[in-house]
Amino acid sequence: MGDLAPSSAVGGLRVRLRQDGPIRLDAAFACAPGELHALVGPSGAGKTTVLKAIAGLYRPKGGEITCGPAVWFDAQAGTWMSPQDRRVGLVFQNYALFPHMSAQANVETSLQGRPRPEREPRALALLAQVGLEGKAHRRPADLSGGEQQRVAVARALARSPNVLLLDEPFAAVDRRTRRRLQADLNVLRADLNIPILLVTHDLDEAQALADQMSVLHQGEILQTGHPDAVMANPASDLVADILDLKPRA
Amino acid sequence: MDWSALILSLQLAAATTLVLLPIGVILGRVLAFHDFRGKRWVEALITLPLVLPPTVLGYYLLIALGVASPLGQAWQALTGETLVFSFSGLLIASVVFNLPFAIQPLQRAFEGVGPDLRQAAWVGGLSPLATFRKVELPLAWPGLLSAVVLTFTHTLGEFGVVLMVGGAIPGETRTIAISIYDRVQAFDTAAAGIMSAFLLISSFLAVAVVYGVGARAVRLRG
Repeated sequence: MGDLAPSSAVGGLRVRLRQDGPIRLDAAFACAPGELHALVGPSGAGKTTVLKAIAGLYRPKGGEITCGPAVWFDAQAGTWMSPQDRRVGLVFQNYALFPHMSAQANVETSLQGRPRPEREPRALALLAQVGLEGKAHRRPADLSGGEQQRVAVARALARSPNVLLLDEPFAAVDRRTRRRLQADLNVLRADLNIPILLVTHDLDEAQALADQMSVLHQGEILQTGHPDAVMANPASDLVADILDLKPRA
Repeated sequence: MDWSALILSLQLAAATTLVLLPIGVILGRVLAFHDFRGKRWVEALITLPLVLPPTVLGYYLLIALGVASPLGQAWQALTGETLVFSFSGLLIASVVFNLPFAIQPLQRAFEGVGPDLRQAAWVGGLSPLATFRKVELPLAWPGLLSAVVLTFTHTLGEFGVVLMVGGAIPGETRTIAISIYDRVQAFDTAAAGIMSAFLLISSFLAVAVVYGVGARAVRLRG
């Protein structure tokens, strides 16, 4: 288990992925600490594959991934760090909460590197931070969709992650809950100071939350920039089409 | 009631379950989580004892374990005894015969765990062994229980393979199912009736437990 130094000490995330198959990838971007970078694109564009490669759950054929001074993946040098050693926080699309464990036990699974007596108070503090006081003993099935998402966020933060990865985290909740959770994320990120990557197909969400946005299509990043700038100035007709904008004259 | 046959059957069932459980967990898990060339053939081979007449399986086991076979000869050189018509030979046959009863419920159970949960555990810092212990096994335990119960009760009722490989040596290879057959042949329907009722009730209870546990597991997962 790695050390548990404050995450703010860690530098930015740099990603470059290339492969022709089985899933085509041609993506390069960087995300500074404290920055929220959105990966947008239609379903099947390869967004989740990029996220899984960063988490260490998918090994592409070519490219590099570095986080500050640490090399997580370097295809040429044959470097590959396991997901356990990368210390990323990942919120899965369907949350992937352990159904047989309480909310607290779910969070504690990500605290195994800490001394045993510290785990419970830390898990309870994290659950309180995401607004789940008094619900620590409930199992995922006894929580609403929004509450499950909060447990998933608390579990992701429990590792004091170097990077926070969010895979369509608001897709499975209703509109009202989504707006509340998005507001909460904005508050949360002020305290985090780590790179945050948000995968979404919802452009409004990207525009509302992201500092940078990359438009992904069939594994390839077509354009990267501030969401407003990309929306105002799509680099090609294809980008305009993906962003549902009128084609350039 | 032929007590020595019942005790022998219970011993054989316990030994088969004990030997088969680790094999079932390892193979069931491999089949659930990995795709490899020839996987369908392996699955078909494991299912074969379900559809093959026990006499056919028994015949091939008799050949494979017999004194003329390399395995039979090696066993004889080691222990001075033959593998066929012995408890050890019966145990090997029983393990082969029960492969689908142990592996299939475990494979289905591990498949039910889903890749996301395992990945969430790894990203959360759990080693593959800790993931197995804390996530996979607690979620797959209904499958584990099914495997244990089905293997145990199926061994109790085994007839064809046991007769082919073990014969009916009292205290050594005459199991309760064979004893029932012997009693019927001897027109001792009372003894056959008691033993049959025992197998009927124990098998019914075992299957009911498996279904009950399955339903409870579904409720728990929500």
